[in-house]
Amino acid sequence: MKARLYGKLGDALFTALLVALALGVLGVAGLLAWELWVGGAPAFRAFGFWGFTLSSEWNAVSERFGAWPFLIGTVVTSAAALILAFFPSLAAAIVVAEYAPRRLGEVVAYLIDLLAALPSVVYGLWGIFVLVPLVRDHVEQPLFLWSAEHAPALMGLLGPPTGIGMFSAVLVLALMILPYASSLARDAIRLVPREQREAMYALGATRWEVVRRVVLPYARGGIFAGVVLALARAIGETMAVTMLIGNSGQLPYSVFGPAATMASVIANEFTEAEGELHLASLLAVGFLLLLLSLAVNLIADFILRRMSVGEGRK
Amino acid sequence: MNLRRRYLRDRIMVAFVYLGTLVVLLPLGFILVHVFLSGVGALNWDFFTKPPAPPGEPGGGMLPAIVGTFVIDLMALAMGGALGLGGGVLMAEYPEHPLNRPLRLVANVLGGVPAILMGLFAFVVVVLPMGGFSAFSGSVALAVLMIPIIMRATEEVLRMLPWELREAGLALGLPRWRVTLSLVLPAAKGGIVTGLLLALARAAGEAAPLLFTAFGNSFLSFDPLGPMDSLPLKIYVYAISPYEDWIRQAWGAALLLVLLLMVTNYLARRAVRR
Repeated sequence: MKARLYGKLGDALFTALLVALALGVLGVAGLLAWELWVGGAPAFRAFGFWGFTLSSEWNAVSERFGAWPFLIGTVVTSAAALILAFFPSLAAAIVVAEYAPRRLGEVVAYLIDLLAALPSVVYGLWGIFVLVPLVRDHVEQPLFLWSAEHAPALMGLLGPPTGIGMFSAVLVLALMILPYASSLARDAIRLVPREQREAMYALGATRWEVVRRVVLPYARGGIFAGVVLALARAIGETMAVTMLIGNSGQLPYSVFGPAATMASVIANEFTEAEGELHLASLLAVGFLLLLLSLAVNLIADFILRRMSVGEGRK
Repeated sequence: MNLRRRYLRDRIMVAFVYLGTLVVLLPLGFILVHVFLSGVGALNWDFFTKPPAPPGEPGGGMLPAIVGTFVIDLMALAMGGALGLGGGVLMAEYPEHPLNRPLRLVANVLGGVPAILMGLFAFVVVVLPMGGFSAFSGSVALAVLMIPIIMRATEEVLRMLPWELREAGLALGLPRWRVTLSLVLPAAKGGIVTGLLLALARAAGEAAPLLFTAFGNSFLSFDPLGPMDSLPLKIYVYAISPYEDWIRQAWGAALLLVLLLMVTNYLARRAVRR
């Protein structure tokens, strides 16, 4: 009888505790979305959901707010960073998983994991004091002067060569997602069964042909999902971008000129926001950022399920 | 002829992939070396023992930020650890429970939410009702960041344990909760600690969620209900300041933060091996 009580009551209490904690997790997640929506609601009410999302005016004095410049800034910088990072990160993954001797592969994998763990502010610090002067003096100014002489039409597109701006932000963003994208691609490549490779070698294929015809097609689901997850990471990246992008939401953007992303405008203006509508608009930008990153993550999930060869991952 | 071309292409691609790897590792190596060289000069006795000097004056240190980093992160680990462990254990040990589907979805989705949104969340939920910036609100933001990491790590580790372990316990007449507490969790201890430490390392480097929650504080403070400083926050503030000595200290703080994260990651790797 006592033993039964011990079992029954203990089980009931223990599951109740676990369920309470799990409900806490669910509650936090639900509350996060709900509070951003409620907090941003005044802005959505004042300008309309699409009016707020698609308007490119952001003026704290006249109290007119629109998220379009930041949406564009986020999409352009993350996409550009991803394009820069894609091939190097895939190459590093191939080296670690296929080409390098075991020891070298382990060292490279360890370094890449280490670099993925570096904080965003450290990348930002390095960006401000090392990358910006380098890029300004050796890339932006020469290009700008060249275009001033030979192709004046380009100057508007290039923008002011100050070093602080979209170009530097994209470079640092690309560096930041490199290790992450690379480690995801590496995991996908490692899942390719050995027999697949051996069959191809038995047909007389060279090593590159094995990689190109067997490994990459087999791992494509994982690789593309990893790429999309890296994109999601770039979309939400805040500190380094805020420190380097110049934080100006004035459209149109230029290549070297200042810009702003959704995360950077929140980081930059939130503590200084005066007036209810300004604060609500920043929360509304946060809500849009939440929607965007959710959408990108769901796409990654979908790709992983649809494009995986065989049973895929659970 | 054809064969020779295939061999040639093979060689060229070897060069290409190694070149790509170099493109990944070189700049990142530069960053590490640069952080070390610029930061090591700033690490002196004052750096660890003094509060910051007033703006523009040289000297001063990082004591409030160092203390604050530990206070904020450990409070976050306590909260995020409890919720994450609870969710993870429920998913792994009670696979039939109806909460598992939404829980798994949340574990996936929450992991992809940008860190700065955790800061906004904590601002609305904690800072506004309590009427001011506080270390506690910063911990809440970081805890939300940790939850999905801990939850997924816990579930994964528990699932790797053989079912026979549970069956052996149940066959001895142990109730399910005893099986979980006395057999499953001790067996998975190393892996669970690894998950906790990795989540801690991930959160400890974040400045974005603390910008409008913990806010920063130039004075040494242990009050969880008042504003508090933290190393990532201090790096950000000092890096965009115009004072040379602050920038020097920002490098020192960056080096210290990187070293702390490396130690945490190392401990996490060790825990799983034992």
